Amino acid sequence: MNKTLLIIQREYLTRVKNKRFVLTTILMPLLIVALIAGTTFLSIKGKDERKIAVIDQNGFFKGNIKSTKALAFEFPEGVDTSNYLQKGYSDILLIPKFDSTGKMNYLIRSKKRISITTESAISERINAAIEDNMLQTAGIDKAQLDSIHVQSQYAELKAVEENGEGVKESSAGLSYGIGFGSGMLIYITMFIYGAMVMRGVMEEKTNRIAEVMVSSVKPFQLMAGKIIGIGAVGLTQFLMWIILIIGLTTAAQAFVPHDVMEQVKTLQQANGQMPGGGMAQAGDAAQQIYKMQHTFSTANWPVIILCFIFYFLGGYLFYAALFAAVGSVVNEDPQDAQSLMLPITMPIIFSFIIMTNAVQDPSTPMAVWASIIPFSSPMVMMARIAYGIPGTVPYWQLGLSMLSLIGGFLLTTWLSAKIYRTGILMYGKKVSWKEMFKWAFRKN
Amino acid sequence: MNKILELSNLKKYYATQKAVDDISFSIEKGSIFGLLGPNGAGKTTLLRMITGIFYPDSGDIRFDGKTFDPENDIIKIGYMPEERGLYKKMKIGEQALYLAQLKGLSRSEAMTKIKFWFKRLEMETWWNKKVEDLSKGMSQKLQFVTTVLHEPKLIILDEPFSGLDPVNANLIKDEIYGLAQRGSTIIFSTHRMEQVEEICDHIVLVNLGKKILDGTVANIKQQFKENKFAIQLGEVPANLTAASFEIADQKANRLTVKIKEGYRSNDVLQHLLQQNLTIEAFHEVLPSLNEIFINLVEGTRATSRAFQPVNP
Repeated sequence: MNKTLLIIQREYLTRVKNKRFVLTTILMPLLIVALIAGTTFLSIKGKDERKIAVIDQNGFFKGNIKSTKALAFEFPEGVDTSNYLQKGYSDILLIPKFDSTGKMNYLIRSKKRISITTESAISERINAAIEDNMLQTAGIDKAQLDSIHVQSQYAELKAVEENGEGVKESSAGLSYGIGFGSGMLIYITMFIYGAMVMRGVMEEKTNRIAEVMVSSVKPFQLMAGKIIGIGAVGLTQFLMWIILIIGLTTAAQAFVPHDVMEQVKTLQQANGQMPGGGMAQAGDAAQQIYKMQHTFSTANWPVIILCFIFYFLGGYLFYAALFAAVGSVVNEDPQDAQSLMLPITMPIIFSFIIMTNAVQDPSTPMAVWASIIPFSSPMVMMARIAYGIPGTVPYWQLGLSMLSLIGGFLLTTWLSAKIYRTGILMYGKKVSWKEMFKWAFRKN
Repeated sequence: MNKILELSNLKKYYATQKAVDDISFSIEKGSIFGLLGPNGAGKTTLLRMITGIFYPDSGDIRFDGKTFDPENDIIKIGYMPEERGLYKKMKIGEQALYLAQLKGLSRSEAMTKIKFWFKRLEMETWWNKKVEDLSKGMSQKLQFVTTVLHEPKLIILDEPFSGLDPVNANLIKDEIYGLAQRGSTIIFSTHRMEQVEEICDHIVLVNLGKKILDGTVANIKQQFKENKFAIQLGEVPANLTAASFEIADQKANRLTVKIKEGYRSNDVLQHLLQQNLTIEAFHEVLPSLNEIFINLVEGTRATSRAFQPVNP
């Protein structure tokens, strides 16, 4: 078998068989899905339900204030501040008599503290009721008012973007999420796998394995085998994550009640409209799930995933070679590694900062250039790609960025190989960046 | 053609020193060859050139009668560096298998050979252990096995006995003899002169990047003998003097004498016989390699050499 392949195989298998790898690979998506499922579950089920007893001295609010399951207003007889808790109410709302000055103080008493969102919801409903009251006294009848309310709810902002064939729905929120998420993932993995390469090289050097190895294989084969092997570990991890996340989200849907899923299906078939009526007919939960699915479908997933794999690999190869070079010159002392790593970690951190800006505003000159220069392109370009190709990222920019990344990692690998070749067999001496440059650029 | 390795005018200069400065020698097939020298003499650089890790700046290496081609000849060489190099977290069996495959053996071939050697060196039960669980001597044995596993024509051993107990050292020593008998050539690099004397046929001593000694152990000892003889007498007279020798050392009735220029051992014996002294023993004292080594190397700034600039 080819020697480089043998090395790749060893690097790959020893890591993939490692218990820690198996654990992180399985736990990570579980954690993410648990987080998403948890928040979704809470937002659907675990809402703070409040039953509020209203003491209204005007007799107006009954029938006019909007009452929902989560926030119910009731107008019972014989309930006051002393006994509302015994009667099964969580709060009591005291509404004073209207007077001509208009300024009124409402008082809500409760045992359980009211959250800020609930508080604003309550005051919103009171204000709406008062507004209705005023409109009615101004001469608009109740039927008219109801129809105005229903119609005004139809206004919904739908953003579309131009592309070659026509317009396509887009979602800034989703783009932001994808851009930031993938940029972040690349950032984390670059550090994790870069450091893994460095530690691997250091292990080989300090344990003097390198000397045994280079009497059988070329130093370059050793370095390339390690980088490729660990890169394959990273790809495996991503693949497992994607499979696990898809599997788990599918499984999570099983927990959604059957009738809700039916509604979601109907919504999908009808393109968001319930047949024979407005959206109002579908349940809250069904609408949310439908919206989520619909928003997700607006992104160009195949292109994003392909680009992600490309930029993950490109970025990894670009930096892994540099990490390998640093690992090869470090002696026993891990603190040497810290200081030598700085020139590598700085551009990574800097790219991350540019990425966080680019994901908010993907078309600034800074973002454009950073997405082309190979030092920062893996993260920054991913942030921009989420906003659409070729809308936000023209083809020429993507092509240039990809080419320069390929050129970039070939260059860093070539330079690192030269440093590595000398460093891996050099013991006892502390090597400076100046010397490493000398090794990298000398002939042969 | 019975030379396995011929080096001619090999040079390797680093920025601050001449690591190997014009060294030539050759090694017979099937011999056990000792490469000696103080720390920093250039041994490791020399060995790295022979193993194809470094390219010489100039000079010529011929391996088995042909110009050395690291790419292809490397699998015919087994190199065991001084510091043990093994993956700590890897299982012994897998490690041996991996290194053997890197030397070009197929998986099944490697498996058979590993089993053979593990059995021979009583390591069969180690297969699933990790290197980090082994003692120094045990990992030494493993390293030895991985070095000779692919039956290389040339085996280079750098301090192979360090960390081994006498039993295991003998075990390895026997294997070295056995390998030489089966046609492998062994280059043996060490500071331990008594081992060299015992094992090696031929030695080369390098110092400051230059070869300062080359020959068989017996020849070199002859070359450096100082005409010293050990004499044991029944009784040593109070003042024993003669024109033919002077006493270098005396311990009770045992004398070490140095024979002066122009005289032979027979002259000494004759003198002692004339004195009517009882001669219980009389034999020549050859210098140990250790003495020769120290004599040649001492005072040559060998140890401080790493800091000397190259004179243009």
